[in-house]
Amino acid sequence: MFKQLPNSDVEMVDVFLNQQKISVPMGTSVAAMALSNGLRSTRTTVISNSRRAPFCMMGVCYDCLMIIDGKANQRACMTHVAQDMHVESQQRVGPILGEVL
Amino acid sequence: MKNHYQLVIVGAGPAGLAAAVTASEQGISCAVLDEQAAVGGQIYRAIESVPEQRAKVLGTEYQRGTALAKAFRESKAEYFPNTKVWSLTADKQIGLLHDGKSKLITADQVLLVSGAIERPVPFPGWTLPGVMQAGAGQILFKSSGVVPSEGVVLAGSGPLLLLLAWQYMQVGVEIKAMLDVTPLSNHLQAMPKLPRALLAHHYLTKGLVYQRDLKRAGVVTKIGVSDLRAEADENDELQTVHYRHLGREHSIETGLLMTHFGIIPHIWLTQAAGCKHQWDKSQQCWRPSHDKWGNTSLQGILVAGDGAGINGARSAEHTGRLAGLQALYALGVISEAERDKQSITERKWVKAERHIRPFLEAYFAIPQEMLATHAKDTIICRCEEITAGEIRTAVEQSHGDSNQVKYLSRCGMGACQGRQCANAVAHIVADAGGLAVSEKSHFRGRPPVAPLSLQELASLSEENV
Repeated sequence: MFKQLPNSDVEMVDVFLNQQKISVPMGTSVAAMALSNGLRSTRTTVISNSRRAPFCMMGVCYDCLMIIDGKANQRACMTHVAQDMHVESQQRVGPILGEVL
Repeated sequence: MKNHYQLVIVGAGPAGLAAAVTASEQGISCAVLDEQAAVGGQIYRAIESVPEQRAKVLGTEYQRGTALAKAFRESKAEYFPNTKVWSLTADKQIGLLHDGKSKLITADQVLLVSGAIERPVPFPGWTLPGVMQAGAGQILFKSSGVVPSEGVVLAGSGPLLLLLAWQYMQVGVEIKAMLDVTPLSNHLQAMPKLPRALLAHHYLTKGLVYQRDLKRAGVVTKIGVSDLRAEADENDELQTVHYRHLGREHSIETGLLMTHFGIIPHIWLTQAAGCKHQWDKSQQCWRPSHDKWGNTSLQGILVAGDGAGINGARSAEHTGRLAGLQALYALGVISEAERDKQSITERKWVKAERHIRPFLEAYFAIPQEMLATHAKDTIICRCEEITAGEIRTAVEQSHGDSNQVKYLSRCGMGACQGRQCANAVAHIVADAGGLAVSEKSHFRGRPPVAPLSLQELASLSEENV
């Protein structure tokens, strides 16, 4: 549903989105990276396990929660991609406290 | 970061940057705390890193942010990005999270410039993947150059919808339709306010140019749309948008719907501190009560920019400077006469920026039946997944105020802490015969105003040993 416009001036980094290695321009938010790489939903809800995706992109709706570098419940819209970052879609509450994927 | 500053500014949008420059010029200790990674707030997002081509499409209003960001970088204000402020007390103690650690600092003067959030207006299917706020679409474009690849339907009300459509058109995004929910009665209500708005004709002209360009490009705009509904495919993701127009049902196949229903002040911190608030009928939102300098009901706590009431980015810059001057005066750094002298030009600008607002507020007002939905199965609280029907039932079982509805239903108790449902709940409560929408019908705000893990909270003890 989304694409990233080409920008040749920016350095690229490698990140892993649901175990798949992709190359992303630095400065991209994790949410933008997930959406422009084909993810339509990024998590399921705690209550009914329904699919959700980034909604506000400014850190106030908490609908873009993902597992970033093993840590659950991270706002994908407020986090920037970094070299070798691991990003996973989150199911419900995600891995329990302290548990690393 | 020090433990005490003469002035702490929360937010690095136009108001915060302007205030920081004004205040730090006088040599006071001033810290700017901001949750984002870079300066500019939402309006000038990515202003320091945006590629030239993209900045051009975003327009001259956006590029105004460059000078402001530069002046701020050259100032002596200390800047702390990626810093979440989760508490503010009436005695000006600030709880914050920086580098994964919590910290409490104090200030003589606190300026809250928290900006605005998009007004959440629930409708059937608004939680589906593929439905997002128009502001979110614009942020994706501004900060990451990410745009719809297979077209988008834009729906709702307000100038941002038009601006986003125009910007998308410049980069070749297909606009499948523009669905404007403002009824004809709005346009009639707005007419008496047009003469004053003409004093700010540059804004009106810009809007008309966008409309003309979109029409020329063949974009279909439907005005007076109602019964907006988003429907899912077998994967529970958006497939179809349904709506009613001129008495007939219509539908469009689309994987992406961006909605906009105006913006409202982000008041969670002023609420936590206990500042007095009021319901602004014209702007259909709560805002902290304040005087012409930005002083709230609590001494030493000031507000400016859209967080104080919606007046736009340019106005935010000027009200930010006024609040900066007031803080300097309150600190005893400048005299009352000096403050007043320096404020003359700023105040003229604030007044000029106000001209268009009453017209915009009437023209783009959200219809009452959308604010207080009757669709029983529509989710109102996105976090706890509480429907309009459940809220109406809770109203019947309670004394009919938002906070009791919260206790009974859990709406507003999820991760967003009511940011996405407070408005709708207050309107539904009023519609169901409960408390009228007023300064009393917002959820009570308490610290922490943003989710904080126990580990993050516990790090306070290490800090303060």
